Amino acid sequence: MAGHFSAPTALDEALTAAAAGHRPVAGGTDLVVGTRQGKWSMPDDLVALDRIAELRGIDETPDGLRIGATTSHATLAAHSAIRERWTAIADAASIVGSPATRHLGTIGGNLANASPAAETSGPLLCFDAEVEVRSTAGSRRVALADLFTGPGRTSLVPGEIIVAVEVPAVAGAGSCYVRLEFRRQMEIAVVGATVVVRLEDGVIRDARIAITALAPTVRRVAAAEAALVGSDGGPAAAAEAGRLAAEAATPISDVRASLDYRTAMAAVVVRRAVSGAIARARGETVEIPASASLFGAD
Amino acid sequence: MGYPATLLVNGTSYAVELDAGRTLLSVLRGELGLTGSKEGCDDSECGACMVMLDGKPVNSCSFLALQADGRAVTTVEGLASGSELHALQRAFVEHGGVQCGFCTPGMLISAAALLQADPDPTEEEIRAGLSGNLCRCTGYVGIVAAVRAAAAELSGAEHAPADEAPSRP
Repeated sequence: MAGHFSAPTALDEALTAAAAGHRPVAGGTDLVVGTRQGKWSMPDDLVALDRIAELRGIDETPDGLRIGATTSHATLAAHSAIRERWTAIADAASIVGSPATRHLGTIGGNLANASPAAETSGPLLCFDAEVEVRSTAGSRRVALADLFTGPGRTSLVPGEIIVAVEVPAVAGAGSCYVRLEFRRQMEIAVVGATVVVRLEDGVIRDARIAITALAPTVRRVAAAEAALVGSDGGPAAAAEAGRLAAEAATPISDVRASLDYRTAMAAVVVRRAVSGAIARARGETVEIPASASLFGAD
Repeated sequence: MGYPATLLVNGTSYAVELDAGRTLLSVLRGELGLTGSKEGCDDSECGACMVMLDGKPVNSCSFLALQADGRAVTTVEGLASGSELHALQRAFVEHGGVQCGFCTPGMLISAAALLQADPDPTEEEIRAGLSGNLCRCTGYVGIVAAVRAAAAELSGAEHAPADEAPSRP
């Protein structure tokens, strides 16, 4: 069972290994645990991505952010521009697993794992993120909405590796990611919601809402977004957005929560995320992570 | 058999040959004889296997050993200097941070990594820093008190704020 293992420092070598069927591994926090849980077998052949310098780090450009695929959750959560302008990403990255998970786990791995409960997916979806995907055949860009095709499934084809996540620049927006959690750490969203709003003279001009652990993939809810646009984002508008998000939800029942409970809580987390996003759009402080600071809010 | 790698553990270099899927924990315990790191859940939930990789806490049960090639690994065996215990180890003894002891190696590693990153954490930050480590005996009060006391000692404070922690029954 020896198999192949390589830990190249050059991306081209990793792409060649991936083309030969070697499974990419970044931090291993999903791959190794999933093996033990029987989700899949440990692949015989592995190519480690963690020594490829060009896959790591965050570049800020006038167009936005380019986040290398093996950038850790801890790095994202601590990044000052992300905390200031793409705040929902910091809300999400700062509550992934435990400190150990956040040091090893990567943004590219999180997206490729395609969990419907992944914390970072909703914020990235609402910020119109795209992934840059490479293979020996070339490069393509995939909008996040087109990346996720089902629980644990993506539109990536064998041999392709996510090399970066590109997030467009935002101006004048407030954003917030809230999850329902049974405990603060070592947790994954029971349900979650992301809201991004842009205000003009106190009126919402643009709104994005995504739901987490409430459908086969993390997804946006257009009807709930429409309910916010043109409103002041106050309690009535937030409640209506929450109601519409819950209506659109198609969750499962599992060991962590029933379908009915998840659906009921969808409305709650959306309301809290609306209030957090509005407050931040107004320049008010809502501490990161918002899940903790908005706990108990309506 | 396997792939050659050099594991640098507690300052000692070990030349090993490993299969691709081996975890760091299984190599530490099975090949190097360093049995301080424990296998609890083997699922990245309990933290008994916690080691430092380049100074940051990592669940060694879920980290591929070959990915540690050439990187600095610290296990609980690497905390003491000879027969002199690390300040955290002494504080765990003094403040009742140990009962059965199974979680202790991982707790100490997470606490050491926390204090390296933040020498003066609040109680809330200590609890967050240790959130990947489960203890089923102590109720955590003694552990948190121990980390506060060690932080105070390491930063040279006169009085350990751990005195404010409620005493255990």
